[in-house]
Amino acid sequence: MALLLRGARVAVLAAFGVFFVGPLLWLVLAPTKSDHELVSRGPFTFGSIHHVALAWKHLYAFSDHIYLTWIGNSLLYAVTATAIVLVTAIPAGYCLALGSFPGRRLVLTLTLVVMMMPAAALVLPIFLELNALHLIGSVLSVILPFAFFPFGVNLAYIYYSTALPRELLDAARVDGCGEWGTFRRVALPLAKPVVALVLFFSFVSDWNNFFLPYTVLGDSKQYPIQVGLSTLLSSTPSFNPAVGGGGQQVGIFRPELALATLVAVVPVAIVFMLSQRSLVRGLVGGGVKE
Amino acid sequence: MRVARSRGLHGWRGFAFVVPYLIVLVAFGILPVLYAVKLAFTTDGGGWAGFRNFTHSAGDYRFMSALGHVLVFTSVWLSLLIVFVVTLALLLHGRASRSSAAYRFLYYIPGALAGAASVLVWLFMLDPSVSPGSFFVHHVLGAHLFVESIAPGKLPLIFAMIAFWTGAGGWVVVMYGALNTIPQELEDAARIDGAGPLTLALRIKLPLIRKWIAYMVILSFATGTQLFVEPQLVNQASLGMVPDTWSSNQLAYQLAFRYADFNSAAAISVDLLAIGLLGAVVIISRTGLFKVES
Repeated sequence: MALLLRGARVAVLAAFGVFFVGPLLWLVLAPTKSDHELVSRGPFTFGSIHHVALAWKHLYAFSDHIYLTWIGNSLLYAVTATAIVLVTAIPAGYCLALGSFPGRRLVLTLTLVVMMMPAAALVLPIFLELNALHLIGSVLSVILPFAFFPFGVNLAYIYYSTALPRELLDAARVDGCGEWGTFRRVALPLAKPVVALVLFFSFVSDWNNFFLPYTVLGDSKQYPIQVGLSTLLSSTPSFNPAVGGGGQQVGIFRPELALATLVAVVPVAIVFMLSQRSLVRGLVGGGVKE
Repeated sequence: MRVARSRGLHGWRGFAFVVPYLIVLVAFGILPVLYAVKLAFTTDGGGWAGFRNFTHSAGDYRFMSALGHVLVFTSVWLSLLIVFVVTLALLLHGRASRSSAAYRFLYYIPGALAGAASVLVWLFMLDPSVSPGSFFVHHVLGAHLFVESIAPGKLPLIFAMIAFWTGAGGWVVVMYGALNTIPQELEDAARIDGAGPLTLALRIKLPLIRKWIAYMVILSFATGTQLFVEPQLVNQASLGMVPDTWSSNQLAYQLAFRYADFNSAAAISVDLLAIGLLGAVVIISRTGLFKVES
């Protein structure tokens, strides 16, 4: 009986393992096959490297190598916005944790509330606001909203209020550091782990965001990769038969679409896996702190 | 003590550290909400409209069906999350071992895919001609062609599965972490009293992670109501068989973009914001997991 239960447990866990990883394994192998081979050969077989090169050639040629432009745009938006997030969030978390200025509780509460709200809920309101300011279609209409990242402030706040000994800061002040000097020479270097966390989360959430850039950008040359993928989807005949002959011309078929998806997620996936532990600490930090 | 008080970040002195953040908080957190509320309660010309934009947008022939879609999707997704995330976390916690960590890691990987990428992966999975799960596509979804897989009646289930696939692993890890905070002595005592692994899981562990389950449910409910990317991409892949106003957020988007009816779009946005805000307030005030004061 006990053996049977143990067997059932392993079976359930393994089945879910297949469910979670199977689609990704398929995605990694798909570009090694031609569109025809994708249908005729087993889903988890390896084709040849030659097909990957061919798929990349087609993808690169698509619309004047716009694929690389999209990747470049995603990098530009995510890196710039994340830089602003670091400059705004770390000092704010520091001051919210260790300072006491009028309105501190209000700022903390607002930060927590916005952090707990689904990001998508703010997209159309932000669009309406930017539209009134005539900023629609500008690169800034993506970067500036991305620069608001309450989760990062909360991470810094939790870190500074739990992990940093106040005596250390007092010592620095006694030694004649001003407030800014104390932050820059003592508090900031000690916060390296949290700076890395904020950097990572902000970058990933910007890289993966679809709704905001889709809403505020008009020109396909400005698209980040997530929105670009939707354009590629519309150009793939097996998903959009309307392209039909057009598909032949642009050379985008299922292997190309799979390769495009893979290239778009691999950088994030690698960093993501490396930081699993910190992610969880960040997610539960507010709850389990003593 | 007085000397120490006069030093440090007290009073207005520390304020400079928060100012840059306050600017983005106000510009992209608070002002958009206020502006959307203002638009929702005014007319095209800027006059007071009362609740007319709300009744007008709610009276749109697509409003109720979009709301229905979103609610069905959210219910299916929440059921999947509650049943399977809790089951998997309890199974993994039952016998802590190296394989338990490996499973948690595997379940978590799809979390890296969000936005359009996860939807594209699942469009492949739903294409019976290339899918490794074509057996399930044939027999569970009853589809032999890609267009049959994304028939309108199946969409809530499909979107729920995509959302589950990307997010469940993260929640398993969170629940597992919550289970780890249960004191060992409690488990030992129950074991001495003759509790088997099943009793232990259901009678001792489950009640102790209730708060976290509530947190997951509320947060996911609020997120689920905002659905946009999935139906938008399926609309593109289905030749318009799936309407571009399938979800409430899509309807708001179309009202703004196709009809330039910003006031009605703002009204729907405010409906959705209210749901998100309610969820956030309930989590913060009721679960006790997030405290403002340390």
